[in-house]
Amino acid sequence: MIRDITIGQYYPVDSILHHLDPRVKLNGTLLFIISIFLFDTFYGYIAVTLFLLSIIKMSKVPFKFIVKGLKAIIIILLFTVFFNLFLTRGDILVQVGFLKISKQGLHSALFMGLRLIFLILGSSLMTFTTTPNQLTDGLEKLLWPLSYIKVPVHEIAMMMSIALRFIPILLEETDKIMKAQMARGADFESGGIIKRAKGLIPLLVPLFVSAFRRANDLAMAMEARCYRGGKGRTKMKPLHYKGRDGLAYVFLLVYFALVIVISIFENRLPTLL
Amino acid sequence: MDMVKIKDLAFEYIRRDEEGNVESINRAIDGVNLDVKKGDFIAVLGANGSGKSTLAKHINAILYPTEGTVWVSGLKTSDEENIWEIRESAGMVFQNPDNQIIATVVEEDVGFGPENLGVPTEEIWQRVEDSLRAVDMLEYRSHSPNKLSGGQKQRIAIAGIMAMKPQCIVLDEPTAMLDPDGRKDVISTVHKLNQQDNITVILITHHMDEVIDADKVFVMEKGQVVMEGTPREIFSKVDELKRYRLDVPQVTELAYELRKKGLDIPEGILSVEELVQALDKIRG
Repeated sequence: MIRDITIGQYYPVDSILHHLDPRVKLNGTLLFIISIFLFDTFYGYIAVTLFLLSIIKMSKVPFKFIVKGLKAIIIILLFTVFFNLFLTRGDILVQVGFLKISKQGLHSALFMGLRLIFLILGSSLMTFTTTPNQLTDGLEKLLWPLSYIKVPVHEIAMMMSIALRFIPILLEETDKIMKAQMARGADFESGGIIKRAKGLIPLLVPLFVSAFRRANDLAMAMEARCYRGGKGRTKMKPLHYKGRDGLAYVFLLVYFALVIVISIFENRLPTLL
Repeated sequence: MDMVKIKDLAFEYIRRDEEGNVESINRAIDGVNLDVKKGDFIAVLGANGSGKSTLAKHINAILYPTEGTVWVSGLKTSDEENIWEIRESAGMVFQNPDNQIIATVVEEDVGFGPENLGVPTEEIWQRVEDSLRAVDMLEYRSHSPNKLSGGQKQRIAIAGIMAMKPQCIVLDEPTAMLDPDGRKDVISTVHKLNQQDNITVILITHHMDEVIDADKVFVMEKGQVVMEGTPREIFSKVDELKRYRLDVPQVTELAYELRKKGLDIPEGILSVEELVQALDKIRG
């Protein structure tokens, strides 16, 4: 079950999106995230949905695989929808006991839910098409100006890439420990929140111990391979913008401009909801 | 010149309590002398806690001697300014394949070492390709290491070291976490590198069958080298090996027992073929 979480994984296929410069994808994701918060009507969502569908198509990552990533946020999603649905004041549509659903509540529940979904889909699409190494290379290069004010940009980037590499390993380990504890009668599924939280202790302690051991081993292995920080390091895959990256930026800017235009004029169009 | 020279090496793990007072001293290595010639295939055998891994870490300048000296390609490991040069010339492969792979794509991991050395980009690609080919993993270059078997991961780790163009590879129990097939692959890869590229190999292990083809074997116990010689010399002393909590290969043990029972079999049989030959001779 725990291995179903697909967020942050890389999906190795050969597509245009996979070949783009990671900086384009990082900037694009940022633009995309901003864009989904710019409008309040369904016209905007049409644009966003079309954009997202087209890049999903371009990425060649199976749609089912991408949607699987939503499993991880289902609770947050339900919470968001629930609170927006029942706790927004406005014109009441339905009332069951003390639970009131207002028109505005329905509206914002739907919108927040969709925004969350788009947020996850958009950002996970970035990680599906970008190897963590490229991602951190991109981040390192984008954030490089910060190193002039003594921000350890290279170190942060390296930490991130290692964290990403160890996500699947630690997940697998969690699974293994869980099964081992279950075989000895541990119960992770029943009882109240407090009992369940307590039940996690025999899971977390060995997990932390092994994570520290791994960290220690890894640090040693890195030093043995002459790692000594970012100074004097060369890159196997240095970043250079190519023609297609320029095209991608144009595509992104057109999309962003479209969303801005929609957000300006949406109130003049007939309401869809 | 010796590739690795170790003289009167001693190393102590010192445990301290919270105030920094010494709680206990564990002398993990106690007076080891060892010479490794260039191009040699050396095996260091020992049961758990015999100090063999600690010894390996000295050759890569991960640990520094408490007493004595270690030279790698003529460089003293205790000099701070030498450590990067030493690590470049003596690469190290560790036990756990997962904990030494840094990148999420095979070729990027192999490129990690050369990147750290400041090798120009085109040459990194060349080295990555060469070393992946050397360990027979070129077809997996764009795979994720998570999907590979233990033996394959370990070969990737070896390729990662090879890409740094070392003169010597130290392997610290590289097969301890592998299945028999993976073990065979790793060991034959190491032999190939030793023979084709003339890489000096120092193999730390407790699997006896992996040391049969080594040029020289050292047996460690309680931080000291207690036996040294060719595999044949070592394996002819079955009783002594057992005293150091080491098993001998099955054939060797069978031959030894037969010999003890009075059959005319030479000492230190290492392979099934040898035993068959010896038995044929007796039958006439």
